[in-house]
Parts: sequence; structure tokens; C-alpha cells
Amino acid sequence: MKRILLALTFAAVLSGCGSSVKLDEVAVEDKTGTLVGAQGATAGAAGSGAAGGAAGRGALASQGVAPVDVTKPGSNAAVQQGPRIVYFEYDSFVIKPEFQSLIETHARQLRADPVRKAVVEGHTDETGGREYNLALGQKRAEAVRRALGLLGVTDAQVEAVSYGKEKPAVQGSDEAALAQNRRAEINFR
Amino acid sequence: MFPNPFRHVFVTLRLLATLCLLAASVPASAQLRIEVSGVGLTQLPIAIAPFRGQESAPQNIASIVQADLERSGQFRGTDLVPVNLDELARPELTAWRQKGADSLVVGSVTRLADGRFDVRFRLWDLTRGQDLGGQSYAVTQADLRQSAHRIADFVYEKLTGDKGIFSTRIAYVTKIAQRYNLWIADADGENAQSALASPEPIISPAWSPLGSQLAYVSFESRKPVVYVHEIATGKRRLLANFRGSNSAPAWSPDGRTLAVTLSRDGGSQLYLIDAQGGEPRRLSQSSSIDTEPMFSPDGKNIYFVSDRGGSPQIYSMASTGGSVQRLTFTGSYNISPSISPDGKSLAYISRVNGAFRLHLMELASGNAVAITDTSLDESPSFAPNGRLIIYATAAQGRQSLTTTTLDGRVKTRLAGASGEIREPDWGPLQQQ
Repeated sequence: MKRILLALTFAAVLSGCGSSVKLDEVAVEDKTGTLVGAQGATAGAAGSGAAGGAAGRGALASQGVAPVDVTKPGSNAAVQQGPRIVYFEYDSFVIKPEFQSLIETHARQLRADPVRKAVVEGHTDETGGREYNLALGQKRAEAVRRALGLLGVTDAQVEAVSYGKEKPAVQGSDEAALAQNRRAEINFR
Repeated sequence: MFPNPFRHVFVTLRLLATLCLLAASVPASAQLRIEVSGVGLTQLPIAIAPFRGQESAPQNIASIVQADLERSGQFRGTDLVPVNLDELARPELTAWRQKGADSLVVGSVTRLADGRFDVRFRLWDLTRGQDLGGQSYAVTQADLRQSAHRIADFVYEKLTGDKGIFSTRIAYVTKIAQRYNLWIADADGENAQSALASPEPIISPAWSPLGSQLAYVSFESRKPVVYVHEIATGKRRLLANFRGSNSAPAWSPDGRTLAVTLSRDGGSQLYLIDAQGGEPRRLSQSSSIDTEPMFSPDGKNIYFVSDRGGSPQIYSMASTGGSVQRLTFTGSYNISPSISPDGKSLAYISRVNGAFRLHLMELASGNAVAITDTSLDESPSFAPNGRLIIYATAAQGRQSLTTTTLDGRVKTRLAGASGEIREPDWGPLQQQ
């Protein structure tokens, strides 16, 4: 609690830096670039000071950034039985037969408790772009959602979302690590 | 001297100021450093004299200006520079020309009575013996770097005819331990300020055309959701929080519309959504992945990535929808399109023999070349003058940001002190 209070205080101080101190200062400040006096340049070559000097204008735009911290307390771990991770082959969205019983276990729990909601989170390995992997992870999540649907779970109960490559289960770039990260997790909420 | 209550307020303010300084030193440790790793060919030699009164200022104006100009790949700072010259002096133009410089920057920094700094400079063309003009700025200590970037912009524009981009800003994301931060920094990577801190991933920041807002994807609600974030106030609004995943925001050039990738109707598909929010309009209709939209500079087309042909490739379509044209044909993995401000070039990431490399395609001819030799390039983004591209890459196992000229010859690594640095997006030219 003490730590949270301290964090909140610090956050408040931070926002103080961002808005009241920095921004106000910037707002009232005259940062218009003005012309350097031509007197020194009149001695300059070919009397071109005026032409060159004409460009001598420019305002510095506000550089203020107000920081935001969205850290909040961790949430519930719902009661959920059995393994809940389906693993996939490279570049594949096909649910292997060995995961059928896992999906049946969760389908049974969801059918028995129609108000229970579940989220299927798709994940990929670290290979490739972030946004494209997000779309690949979505395909995996939707494959599991469809499999649950075939077993009688309503669409309204299950949301398929993707984390792409952002949340690997294990660190590392060897094939064993990559295989652990190509997955869809069924999480009750 | 002061009545007690006032004194108390003063002490509190001082404490606040001290804490602010402490907070400001946090990003300082994550600051980016310039490491020039390439050699350019036709570079303009320029002498930048130490600014008179430099010792009174905490930032070295001349070296910031020189680093900016050299990062462009179009300039080379000369070793020999004049001393004891400022913007009022009449330099010996011929003498400095003979020492190998085509142009000369002289200036001064003066501390004002109110604590601000008066920064002045003048640019000389040594080959034609011309005074190309100068400027002065009265700035706070915090804006000294910005004034140096303004000087570099002035010099760059005078000598190349193109707009300078040194006073623009970049956005990027760091992951340090399990903390994610969205940063706004100067174009040289310095002066980073955190816009958003989160325990969950942040990806795909995208500057609004006027540079006052960022759209991005945040996982803070344990799914990807698109926010629009007002930078100066920290005010955020949910732009796309539909069932499923919401990602890949891209602004239309007029700032009124964003293209996003949504999975609310199943699969990852492109939609247009009003910048103020509301009901999205579906743009693509395919049973494949369609994602990473990006508007052409005239707003008429949208470039995007689709695996409709069996592998991810870059396509374009009218921003009103309709027929689709494939742009990449070489390689089995082409993603992350970024269009140059003149609409003529396409930067993207292509996988070649297992290496993900930044490529540049001339759209008219379809000719494409790799402009890096690294293997984990990501997220290219053009500078608003189209002369540099910023991207994320990994070297020696560390993620960092790099800028490159379009010919790949001059690269500058903006190397972070620690953690992973990724997802750069180059902001627009500052509004005058």
C-alpha cells in the first residue's frame, strides 16, 4: 500500500512536471525566432544580407509531453480446470488432434456455465513483423474459438484476441522456444 | 523576508522542481546516441564555429548542429573551424574557403537576465562569398537543443533546397524489464519524454498529420485496442475497442479518418473509422489477412499487407475500396509498407534468405533494393522531407533505432543505453 501511495505521489509529481511546470512555461514564452540584426552583416559581401535575412523567422512549437501511466492492480485468476494451451506448428492454424480433448474439457465447462466468459489469446513466435504476427495470432485464436463453437459453446461466450509476438511464453530463439510460443491460450474471465 | 506561508509554498515548489529534475533524468539514462556507421560520397563540407559564449550554456550548439547535418548524409563537418567569430563578424571568406569548407556557420549564445538564452547565428556561403542570413531565438535552457535543431534546419534548407527535419520529433516504444513506455523524442533521439507507461505492450504508434496526437495499439486491457492520445495534455480516447483485436492505426493525410485492422467480423480486415470515433466502415473483403494499412500522401490510395496470394505481400487499393493491385513480387515475405512523402517510393521489410531487411522500391518502375545488411529490421518510417528513413533493427543482440539515407550509404544508429527500443514513427514537420 505504501508503495502504491508512493507511486501515486510520484505519478502526481510527474504530471505536475508535464502540465503545470513545462506546458505553462512554454505557453507564455515568446520563442519566435527574430531576425539577427543586419548591422553586422552590412559589412558582408554583396549586400545580400537582406535577402538571406528575410528567412530569419520561426517559432519554436511547444514540445510538451504530458506523461500517462496506466499501471493498475493485476486482476483475477478465474477457476479453470485442466491445461489451457494449444500449440501450433510453424505458420499453421490447424489444431492438432492431440489438443482435441483439451478443447473438449473447456467446451464442457463453458456449456455447463453459460454466463462464464472466455478469451482465447493467440500468440506467435518472434519471427517477422509485429502487426503481421498480430494477425497470425488472431487466426490461431479464431481456430480455437471455432473448435469450441463446434462443441456447442456460443459465440457470445468466447472472444478471440491476439497478442501477436508481444507476449512469448518463453524467451529464446531456438526452435524449442519458438514452438512453445506458437500457441493459443484459453482463459476464463 | 517572506511571510511564513509564502515561504512554505516556495519550499514546496522547490521540492517539486527537484523531483521534476529527477524525473527528467529517468529518460536521460535511456537516451539515444549517434554512431555514424557509413561513409557518404558527395557531401557538402561545412565549418561550424564554436558559438561565442558557448561556455555559459549547458548544450553545445555547434556540435548539435554539426551532428544533425552529418546525420542527413549530405554534409561533412570540417575539422578546421574558426574561433572567436560570431554572427556579427565579417569572416575572411576566402581564407576559410581555402581551408576546405564551402559554407560557414558562426553564432553566439548569451544568457539573458531572466535565465533564458539568446541564440544567434549567421550562415555564410564561402563559394559565392554570400551572407545567407541568420536567426535569433530566446529560449529556455530546456529548449536549447531545439534552437540548435532550428539552426540545422535553416542551414539545410538554404544549402539543399529541401526542408530540414532536425526540429521534428519521433515516437518510439521501449521495453525495459516488463515495462513498456511510449516516448516522444527529438529527431536525433535526445530529449525523450514518456507519453505513456504501461505494464502491457504498446505497438504501432502513428503521428497525426499535425503532430499533436498519436494513435497506437495498447494491450493494457489485455487485448489490442487502438487509442488516440493528445500529446500535450495526455488525454486519451478509445478509437477502436471492438470485439476481437484492434490494431494498425494509420491516419488519412487530412487527419479526419484512420484506417485500422479489426477482427470483429472474423479474420483481420481493413476498416475506416472517423478520427472522433464511431462506427467503422469495412474497406477490404477477403478471407485472408489484410493489415498494416497506410494512406498515400494524396489520400487516394491505401497500401497494405495481405496474405491473399499465399504469403504476405504488399498491395494497394483505392481508399474508397475496390480493386486491389499487388506491388511486391520478389520474396515470400514483404510487410510494413511506408510511403515516401512524394508518393514515389515504398519502404518495406522483405525477408531474404531468412534475414528481414529494409528495402526501398521505386513505385514507377517496381525496382527494389535492400538498403541494409542487417537481419532483423522492422517498422520503417520516412522523415517528412523524404530524405531519411528511421527503422528498428537489432545489432549485437540489442534492438535500437537507426536512420538511413535512401541509398543506404549513411546510417546513424540512435543507440539506447538499455532495454529494447522499437516501433519508431517519424512525426510531421513542426507547424510554423
